Amino acid sequence: MKKIILELLRENARMSLEELAERTGASVEEVRKGIKELEMSGVICGYTAILNEAELSDNRVKALIEVRVTPKREGGFDSVARRIAKFPEVTDLILISGSYDLQLTVVGNSLQEVANFVASRLATIDGVLSTSTGFMLRKYKESGRIMQDDEEYERLKVSF
Amino acid sequence: MSASKSASDFVADHIRTLPKSGIRKFFDLVNTMDDVISLGVGEPDFTTPWCIRESGLYSIERGHTAYTSNLGMLSLRKAICSYVERHYGASYDPARECIVTVGVSEALDLTLRTLLNPGEEVIYTEPCYVSYPAEIVMAHGVPVPVTTRVEDGFAITPEALAAKITPRTKAILLNFPCNPTGATMPMKYLRAVADLAKKHDLVVITDEIYSELTYDEEHASIASLPGMTERTIFLHGFSKAFAMTGWRVGYACGPKEIIDGMMKIHQYAIMCASTVAQEAALEALNRGEKEMLKMRESYRLRRNFFVKELNELGLPCLMPKGAFYAFPSIKGSGMDDVEFASELLKREHVAVVPGSAFGPGGTGFVRCCYATSREDLKEALARMKRSGLCTTA
Repeated sequence: MKKIILELLRENARMSLEELAERTGASVEEVRKGIKELEMSGVICGYTAILNEAELSDNRVKALIEVRVTPKREGGFDSVARRIAKFPEVTDLILISGSYDLQLTVVGNSLQEVANFVASRLATIDGVLSTSTGFMLRKYKESGRIMQDDEEYERLKVSF
Repeated sequence: MSASKSASDFVADHIRTLPKSGIRKFFDLVNTMDDVISLGVGEPDFTTPWCIRESGLYSIERGHTAYTSNLGMLSLRKAICSYVERHYGASYDPARECIVTVGVSEALDLTLRTLLNPGEEVIYTEPCYVSYPAEIVMAHGVPVPVTTRVEDGFAITPEALAAKITPRTKAILLNFPCNPTGATMPMKYLRAVADLAKKHDLVVITDEIYSELTYDEEHASIASLPGMTERTIFLHGFSKAFAMTGWRVGYACGPKEIIDGMMKIHQYAIMCASTVAQEAALEALNRGEKEMLKMRESYRLRRNFFVKELNELGLPCLMPKGAFYAFPSIKGSGMDDVEFASELLKREHVAVVPGSAFGPGGTGFVRCCYATSREDLKEALARMKRSGLCTTA
């Protein structure tokens, strides 16, 4: 049941307990308990909204930053990664295979703010070899949601 | 010599006398309202899954714009026969026992025109899809309805069927899961129908367009019963399960002699089904199943919710086992089904289809399609409640 709950919440974290129960075939109480356990055990870390920033009138900018790092003898990439993760400007951080090591998402109120963060905080961290910053221009899809999907298509109102 | 004939005199008798489908005036009214919540549609509310749409685009991009073989692309026929064998337990030779058509409607038309000599009778269940009696008449046959009853879960009983068999009976036309009732056939009835077909040497035409959309039990096809493959025409397509109504792809599988006859009509009248649509259909069979199952689950949940609410509202409704229609009785309103539907439309702008549109057997019922968003279903239910039409007097 927990596996199905996770799948459904991944699709829509605001699905009601009643609907979750209907879909899993469990009772509302069982679903409530299941979710609680998933939260307590740290499988579910939180819930956020998927936004289409293009519809917002603020000037926040988002950058994807590729970072090459020298792994430490003790702790590998972890110590550098954990250190970077503590900056509130960094919203996402993953270790990635390929030509660089860490991929960060950094959010700031202006291009300048992000640039300053990269130059003065990120690049100067011991172990960071290089950074490559790309500013996000437009988002098409996030977490399975297409930002501007097909327009509504008019069907026949009555058909057999 | 003066012209003494009006244009309508030029129209053949059996076409002039053929009624137009449904209740035109009612539907014209629906189309003039813009805030209608329509439970009157007969198609999925999903757009065709993207992988299928994308294959259609790719087909055009590669310039696949010519005719296919009259029977349809061999690759598609192979995929169809393997799908039918896997899911329906009947095996057919893709080279000679399968034809791809423009929807199931064409497949049924071909079947009837191939089978019927003028005056031969076809027994079909009623209430039914609106085309059946008309297609039988257009093929110069005689439609013989068997009314299915709510008491029997709208399945056809062997007794009711046997009572209609005459020396002129040529075929039995089945449609389970059924539009408009959502009924399926219990296995014992299906076996009994098969036995009657064998006993009286009848052909069975089975339109299984809704067969993937069964919710409580495994679908069983009469084509798979012992001794039936050789006397059954199995009709199916992509419209409902894969949300591909506008693509117009269906197919028929059956004995090669009958398929061969159907192929002649198809060849002269149609040539072949659209190439783009055939390539998209192939993708549906190869990679569309996961998306199809998601859509089915979504219909199942909406069915459970909607039918429960209908009953609570005061419209008694059997839990339909398949398709995406609920078929509640409106007899408690004291109105007939056309009046009920018109009043509901006028008072609350909710469109349902009067059951008698599906033949006299549907009188006293309305068809509500629950392939409609949950919000619209909820709103429709609220409006139905407010209409004051649903509480028994």
